[in-house]
Amino acid sequence: MFKRKGRGFLQGYRIDFWDVITLISMIFFGLFLIYPVSRLVVNAFQTKGAIGEISIGNFIKFFSKPYYRNAVLNSVKVTFFATMLTIFIGVTLAYITTNFKIKAVKVINVLIIISMFSPPFIGAYSWILMLGRAGVITVFFQNVFGITLPTIYGFNGILLVFTLNLFPYIYMYTKGALKKVDKSLGEAAESLGDHGIKKVIKVSLPLITPTILAGAAIVFLRAFADYGTPRLIGEGYIVMPVLVYNEWLSETGSNAFFASAVAFIMMIIAVVVFLLQMHFSRKNYNMSMLNPPEPKKLKGIGNILAHVFVYFVTTLSILPTIYITIISFKNYKGSIMIDGYSLTNYVLVWAKAKSSIVNTFKFGITAIIVIVLLGTMFAYVTVRKRNPFSRSLDACVQLPYVIPGTIYGLMLLISYNSGLIVLTGTATIIIIAYIIRRMPYTVRSSASILRQINPNIEEASLSLGYSSLPTFFKVTMPVMIPGIVSGAILSWITVIQELSSTLMLYTGKTSTMSTAIFQEVNRSSYGTASALATILKIVMISSLLLFFKLTGNADVDM
Amino acid sequence: MAVAIHINHVKKQYDDNVVIHDLSTDIKPGELFTLLGPSGCGKTTLLRMIAGFISIEAGTILFDEKVINDVPVHKRNIGMVFQSYAIFPNMTVYRNVEYGLKNKKLSKEEIKKRMEEILRIVQLTEYKDRYPNQLSGGQQQRVALARAFVVQPQVLLMDEPLSNLDAKLRLEMRAVISGIQKKLGITTVYVTHDQEEALAMSDRIAVMNNGDIYQCDVPERIYSRPYNTFVANFIGSSSMIDGVVTSSNDVTGIRLATGMEIVMQNVVPLEIGRKVIVSIRPEEFVIVPEGKGKKGVVKLKQFLGRNIKYEIQFEDGTEIEVCSDTNSTERIYESGEDIYITVNTKRINVFDSESKRTLIEGVQSNV
Ligand SMILES: Nc1ncnc2c1ncn2[C@@H]1O[C@H](COP(=O)(O)OP(=O)(O)OP(=O)(O)O)[C@@H](O)[C@H]1O
Ligand SMILES: [Mg+2]
Repeated sequence: MFKRKGRGFLQGYRIDFWDVITLISMIFFGLFLIYPVSRLVVNAFQTKGAIGEISIGNFIKFFSKPYYRNAVLNSVKVTFFATMLTIFIGVTLAYITTNFKIKAVKVINVLIIISMFSPPFIGAYSWILMLGRAGVITVFFQNVFGITLPTIYGFNGILLVFTLNLFPYIYMYTKGALKKVDKSLGEAAESLGDHGIKKVIKVSLPLITPTILAGAAIVFLRAFADYGTPRLIGEGYIVMPVLVYNEWLSETGSNAFFASAVAFIMMIIAVVVFLLQMHFSRKNYNMSMLNPPEPKKLKGIGNILAHVFVYFVTTLSILPTIYITIISFKNYKGSIMIDGYSLTNYVLVWAKAKSSIVNTFKFGITAIIVIVLLGTMFAYVTVRKRNPFSRSLDACVQLPYVIPGTIYGLMLLISYNSGLIVLTGTATIIIIAYIIRRMPYTVRSSASILRQINPNIEEASLSLGYSSLPTFFKVTMPVMIPGIVSGAILSWITVIQELSSTLMLYTGKTSTMSTAIFQEVNRSSYGTASALATILKIVMISSLLLFFKLTGNADVDM
Repeated sequence: MAVAIHINHVKKQYDDNVVIHDLSTDIKPGELFTLLGPSGCGKTTLLRMIAGFISIEAGTILFDEKVINDVPVHKRNIGMVFQSYAIFPNMTVYRNVEYGLKNKKLSKEEIKKRMEEILRIVQLTEYKDRYPNQLSGGQQQRVALARAFVVQPQVLLMDEPLSNLDAKLRLEMRAVISGIQKKLGITTVYVTHDQEEALAMSDRIAVMNNGDIYQCDVPERIYSRPYNTFVANFIGSSSMIDGVVTSSNDVTGIRLATGMEIVMQNVVPLEIGRKVIVSIRPEEFVIVPEGKGKKGVVKLKQFLGRNIKYEIQFEDGTEIEVCSDTNSTERIYESGEDIYITVNTKRINVFDSESKRTLIEGVQSNV
């Protein structure tokens, strides 16, 4: 890769296709990641009054006002409890389904995957429609039993939505790890006299702890970064992403500097969590898969309890989707539900929000093409070309994991609303946000596919007279294709539902389905919101089915 | 058409770890040249430098007169066969073999002609529409061979191409490879750590250790006249017995640690008292009637059909391995029996006990 020692500088050095890709990646991440991050950091240490001077004024303001301080506490509190609850539910569920026979476990699995890929803000508004002030269930309990249910707004609601939306991550991760715990380990423990719950705590738990921690970190980072849910269901319960958004678009005049400071604090917290997780899950046991545990049939009360738990949790997690689908056919008069079912909402959506549907597809497809092309090539550089540049590329690729969508949107706005490159208000800026935010996942999955490909086949191609560019497209790419396509489908599913950065970046012309749903909910046009949400879910679920078909089983490997 | 490869003072290092210090050798046009040596000695490294997959830190490699240090792999006109076969899993046998040809600006007829010929040679014609995962290991390796041969490269490089195959197939494939190689006359560098394979197939062998070539010669000479004790030990198994020079006239007398006295006619002049190491292969010992040789005791007897193998211990404790031909043997000795041994001095080798180099006249390290 580098010039050969002992000969003139750069003499005989030939620029390889991969040098060009490395350069492109440097420019790309430089422009859309490093530069925006540094702009945000620089902003955070300046105040509105004294631009150009370094100051910690924003931070003093932040920590001196209870309103702001509380936002940190609120965020950490709700995120922490949500993480704990998801661990409890996810691990229990994974343990039950891998060790015991549960009826229709395949269906359960698919339903859980569907709720995992549903954006939380749609869950939030569905729960509002069910349990909110005028929610069907609330009203039902009030009228029939005279019972007033506890309020869904604020901490409770956010916790409920986060937990139900995010436990699938823990479930999937833990299930994957549990399948690799050798059956004979448990049997050995049993023969030594450890039964049931004791066996779990002594044998299985230590083995899967690193995996649970990795899942927990993902849950924490997602919950911590989510804007839509607390914004819809939080009401007075202000969390940090909401604060950033409010400060940026405040009615009393936007304050990019203070918003940046809040964003900066958020990123610090996210980085700390990320590093903690890396530290604690470093001890990863390599477990054999020779003898995976087989589900046993439970008897009596245990069997009933296990089924009740699994079905109850699954029902709760899929309930918002079902409810929204139902009411999307309900007749509405303004925001009031009236009798009768029809396709009125869909007709209205087509009239009002057709462009947002078109935009979603346009942005999504463009982003996916770029993500796949760049992602696989970047992965190639990080896996096959070990040098200082590829190592820094590797580091860049990790960064978006810890940048919440709202914050990333903010960064792009402050970086590209004036100057040489102006992108605010364009479709490009939204597509860039999708690409950067999704890149880490694509690079990671492509890298793991690449590591399984014998580099000799590329060398064989080189030796047969093909240079590195045709070798990549004729040999490496085609072998990677199945993995790339399934990864691309998962990316597609997340991209078309992206809300938090799109909300920062969109304008009337560039609204997407998710922002349109969000606006319709804000206007209390629940009928059209539900119709749009249902369309989005149909696209999501059919993409998921395609994914299952391509990978050959109804599961997602985590 | 066939090219010579000249390797002049090449050096390879990974970070601070120098794998090859200063290696030179010349490979003749059209020959099958084998790099033989223990694991980690740098065979693959040298081969990959010739191929162009890794950089050369110092020195030059030439194909005929042309320095190729800075020629990228895809312009070197080489063929490469890997231990892992490395055939393209997404292509059929036919597409795999055709892959390199399609890059050669040949006419359709020419491609078709060459494809038919090579598939016939490697006996894969009826498998041409199969995918690699529908082929056995031997068939996959034949695809790899065909793919490399069909482009008629200047230089063919093979890195342990047979080591993933079972013993019987290995023998069969040896013949296939030498056959095509001789027929097409392509200069070939062949890496193996299997000495038998090297002896059977090569025109010349370079025995490597620690990133250096210890001896380079035709197989017979490598076997019968190893340049140093490493080569003697690595090729076949030898008993290494210390000795000291006791007389030095026209002939040289050596007393071995076993008490045996031998007379050598083909060693360089040596002063009396010089310490030497004598290496003797099992078949270079001769069993003689009682009293005619040195007495030892049979520790173990193995009847192997054509041969009989004995482990024999002398009075001083030295143990040796002796192999005798069943057809020409007088009697078979059982373990515990006394046995009398001499050596065939025309065949054995003598090394300096310090430099470990040969003391036999006229043996060179690099031929
Ligand atoms: N990429 C690398 N980085 C650092 N050291 C390396 C690298 N590749 C090889 N080496 C070292 O170079 C030395 C020679 O390796 P090489 O692969 O050439 O051995 P070999 O003779 O082919 O062995 P084998 O018979 O096991 O294939 C070894 O000590 C090895 O550890
Ligand atoms: Mg090797």
